[in-house]
Amino acid sequence: MELNDLYRRVIMDHYKNPRNRGELEDESVSVQLNNPTCGDRISLQLQVENGVVTNARFTGEGCSISMSSASMMTEAVKGRTFEEALSLAERFSSLMQGEEVEFDELEDIEALSGVNKFPARIKCATLAWNALKKGIEPQKH
Amino acid sequence: MNINAIREQFPILHQEINGHPLVYLDSAASSQKPRSVIDAVRNYYELDHANVHRGVHSLGSRATDAYEGAREKVARFINAPSPEQIVFTRGTTTALNLVASSYAREVCREGDEIVITPMEHHSNLIPWQQVAKATGATLKYIPLQPDGTIDLADAESVITPKTKVVSMTYVSNVLGIMNPIKAITEIAHRNGAIMVVDGAQSTPHLKIDVQELDIDFYAFSGHKMCGPTGIGALYGRMELLQNMEPIEFGGEMIDFVELYESTWKDVPYRFEGGTPIIAGAVGLGAAIDFLEEIGMDAIEEHVKHLAVYASEVLSSIDGLTIYGPKKERAGLVTFNLEDVHPHDVATVLDTKGIAIRAGHHCCQPLMRWLNVSATARASFYIYNTTDEIDQLADALIQTKEFFGYGIE
Repeated sequence: MELNDLYRRVIMDHYKNPRNRGELEDESVSVQLNNPTCGDRISLQLQVENGVVTNARFTGEGCSISMSSASMMTEAVKGRTFEEALSLAERFSSLMQGEEVEFDELEDIEALSGVNKFPARIKCATLAWNALKKGIEPQKH
Repeated sequence: MNINAIREQFPILHQEINGHPLVYLDSAASSQKPRSVIDAVRNYYELDHANVHRGVHSLGSRATDAYEGAREKVARFINAPSPEQIVFTRGTTTALNLVASSYAREVCREGDEIVITPMEHHSNLIPWQQVAKATGATLKYIPLQPDGTIDLADAESVITPKTKVVSMTYVSNVLGIMNPIKAITEIAHRNGAIMVVDGAQSTPHLKIDVQELDIDFYAFSGHKMCGPTGIGALYGRMELLQNMEPIEFGGEMIDFVELYESTWKDVPYRFEGGTPIIAGAVGLGAAIDFLEEIGMDAIEEHVKHLAVYASEVLSSIDGLTIYGPKKERAGLVTFNLEDVHPHDVATVLDTKGIAIRAGHHCCQPLMRWLNVSATARASFYIYNTTDEIDQLADALIQTKEFFGYGIE
């Protein structure tokens, strides 16, 4: 296990300079999720119009992995339809299981692939994506 | 105390983790096991195993003797007046839930009070929340001083004649504080309440005398004191145990069973429904033998010395905050490194072979009181050395550098 596999520069950049951190004033969807085993928590706000995520912001407390993952996720889902956003979440799950997954222009996310070698930290990385799924799935109907 | 000789008896310590010799600093979560405990469990299965309290055959007798022998050891270890006052449980959580469900739910009425503290582990907090909800009793907290300790004057004002139960941990698993149990017990008794003590963190480190403390219930786990997982014990005052109903029903705990009515065995068997944790009890007995051979006074002194040493060494690291009182600390140091989340600290330390705990330590209300979401904790036991604490300190300095400047 090499630390540099886990703490890639792009991850630390998202951790120290999180994108989309804060609250939306006119959110359509608001989700709170926590990780009861460690105390990490995220509050995710989405603005949705006609089945498309038009904006996303988050607040929360957690480690570098959970907060950088949230930062990347909120960047990734803007402008995506619900199906596209959920598909991204599925691909992220696959990435965490050690599968080779490409995120095309969202290459920052691939930096989290090293988390797979640190099993105790996978749930840190998936927290924000689980919040996304929890927020979108009820909206699909 | 010859630490090297003690370390030799713990097979698990002699391995490398991620290319480094293991430094195990997570004994407050679960201690490691000496060979004598592992052998006792194996010998029991290889030579003596059968079900207890029923077999007429020889193995049944040997298994029963081993199980009841362990009960006698536990009773002697905490100076209980008789072995019958020891109920074997799965651990501290089950023991505290037994008191809450069997004793407190029967005794508490609307308007009564249950008193605990904000430093309790969830296992000594949620059972009381549930009793309060079920009975209409009020759950009250003795507030903490700025350093996390309890002021007896606060205890005097929170505990009233309406209080039926006071429950408190002897040693905090986060702050390392030792609570003034004897003085609190005196206040509880003066108000007509019973005193329940969570001994999960105290039993591994301190000489426990339940009669001298004058407490009514005492709960602890085997796995934090060199014993196996899945075994613990509840000590109870005999007249209280005798008036308590079982909460689990089935084999092993009954006297007569009719079609529509049954009667129970005597204490403690009525609380041990089903085939008991025989091998676990045997292992716990062996753990008690192991600890007593070293001597509880020597263990207390060694572990306190390590905690005070760690507190001194770690507090010299710039940007490191230690939680809890400065001096007196029992066996652990809880801390945070500025700008580095405790999970990240624990991961970096793990790559250097150092095992610590990171998270809320099953103390979410205490984390809120400390105004943090999580902390890191290094905890010590008989097999730890000051050299390991120096390695921890070096690794923490490297962690700080790694997160501060290492990634560009």
